[in-house]
Amino acid sequence: MRNTAMNMVHKLAARDERVLYIGSDPGAGTLRAMSKEFPKRHLIEGISEAHIIGMSAGLAMEGFVPYVNTIATFLTRRCYEQVAVDLCLHNLPVRLIANGGGLVYAPLGPTHQAIEDIAIMRALPNMTVVCPCDADEASRLMEQTLDWTGPIYIRLGKGGDAVVSKAEHGFEIGKAILMRPPGDVVMVTTGIMLQRALAAADLLAAQGIRAGILHMHTVKPLDTEALLQAIRGTRLVATLEEHVPSGGLGSAVAEALIDKLGSGLPAMLRLSLPDRFMHNYGSQDSLLKKHGLSADAIATSVARALPASHTSSPQLHST
Amino acid sequence: MTQISPHAEAALTCTLDERSLYLRRLVLGSVRSAGRGHVGPALSLIEMVRVLYDDVLRIDPNNPRDPARDRAILSKGHGCLALYALLADRGFFPLSELDGFCGPDSILGGHPEYGMVPGVEASTGALGHGLSIGVGLALAARMRERTYRTFVLLGDGEINEGSVWEAAMGAAKHGLDNLIALIDYNKLQSYGPTDYVLPLEPLADKWRSFGFAVQELNGHDVGALRTVLKQVPAVPGKPAAIICHTVKGKGLPAAESNADWHHKNKLTDSELDAIRVAVGDF
Repeated sequence: MRNTAMNMVHKLAARDERVLYIGSDPGAGTLRAMSKEFPKRHLIEGISEAHIIGMSAGLAMEGFVPYVNTIATFLTRRCYEQVAVDLCLHNLPVRLIANGGGLVYAPLGPTHQAIEDIAIMRALPNMTVVCPCDADEASRLMEQTLDWTGPIYIRLGKGGDAVVSKAEHGFEIGKAILMRPPGDVVMVTTGIMLQRALAAADLLAAQGIRAGILHMHTVKPLDTEALLQAIRGTRLVATLEEHVPSGGLGSAVAEALIDKLGSGLPAMLRLSLPDRFMHNYGSQDSLLKKHGLSADAIATSVARALPASHTSSPQLHST
Repeated sequence: MTQISPHAEAALTCTLDERSLYLRRLVLGSVRSAGRGHVGPALSLIEMVRVLYDDVLRIDPNNPRDPARDRAILSKGHGCLALYALLADRGFFPLSELDGFCGPDSILGGHPEYGMVPGVEASTGALGHGLSIGVGLALAARMRERTYRTFVLLGDGEINEGSVWEAAMGAAKHGLDNLIALIDYNKLQSYGPTDYVLPLEPLADKWRSFGFAVQELNGHDVGALRTVLKQVPAVPGKPAAIICHTVKGKGLPAAESNADWHHKNKLTDSELDAIRVAVGDF
């Protein structure tokens, strides 16, 4: 996913001279081909993220479309004020390409694990937050970033995530994708939780439970319309995210449902990481499993939640 | 303790001309109307902003977004009253707007906002942002082969921020000789002397070591400012840092080098009388 997104920057740069790549101190050879073809638009600016955000704001004010790239935690925690003020307050088209969203950097410990990034980016006015599920979707997303108004936070997984997105579903920033039709439960996913949800849905099907999947690649702006459509007649809405429980996808979905539904809120299950830093290493998969976000654990949690949930028929709040 | 530079001593004794007094009247009028405002940080800046807007910047008040214009960012956003006075006086918006400062229907807040105030190039107030944005603007000029210059006004307290020094490294890396940082070195920040809060000396050496062409002057000396600010680039291939030795609250004896006047919530009758004595009717 990461290489694909990077290579797309090169492709976009070839198409549009406004495009810049700005890295802090990425791995040796990052976008080497672009650095050769467009050396003036391939900028490596050092481990000075706060400055890089401000600099990219200045460049965007002059008509460039900078793609700023480093590890997710440094784009979010370290320079939050610059992101808020320089990018969001000015509503500038800077794209933040965040390497290692969630637990990708599991072996490197809590300093490198972006487990609250969706919450804090989502809190910022004018910010768009997108979490593609695989390389193909990352590619389709990047195609759309050229002319999107305002800043975008792009949360990337790592290389090698199974490709499960489909070209025929298309891709539009801000539009959710219904991957499986709604049934007894609708699982709402973002990023690489889609892969786990698809496997969990198969396990649930084997138990006679029909599980729909709504892939919410864009967490902000949230596709409330698609969400309301998907949950009609379902008994349970389960959100799956590689993120702490506060402020992420589960919160966004809950907020949207509360805002839109006057009564008869559906039963909801929010599956997420716990509200603490991860003090284990290993791999992304092993940490997800440890915290109940493997396909097996998801299927078990959903099946367990279903009998306890009351059938409800969500109604649109009449205003 | 900081060794007192001759420029700093000169700043203390510098006599102000009628235009400088007039601009101070505009600033203090806004404070009187709003019942609040950063007085000290604005009064130390007046001559720097005045020379920029009167004599240096290539700008058109009737076309504030002219792509060919020079860019100026007030990174120390709390000094905005000086900027507002100059922008109003130069016709970017009506002088009457100054009376609405910080009011509910005003375009003029306690820190400048991009998109709200014609002539304001960036929203500032959170310190340590302006120089990085300036690097981006100057780099864009370089990449697009445009001839505009970028000026960034920084506070001395502001340069406590690490991001300023990140930006300084970036500016030097790119050899941005179309970028000029002006440091309002009034030696007093909100709590007290910069020497006490976080010592900056040797300040000129710091900027020099970061790759800047450095000059020092009396920041209230209009003639000296004019001479230095008209030389862009100061040294080809290097960004410039101009350390302007100033006096916080300059021109108002009660406020000079007095931390109590960093921000005022209201002016008493006796303070209003003292202002009239210092700058004339306002």
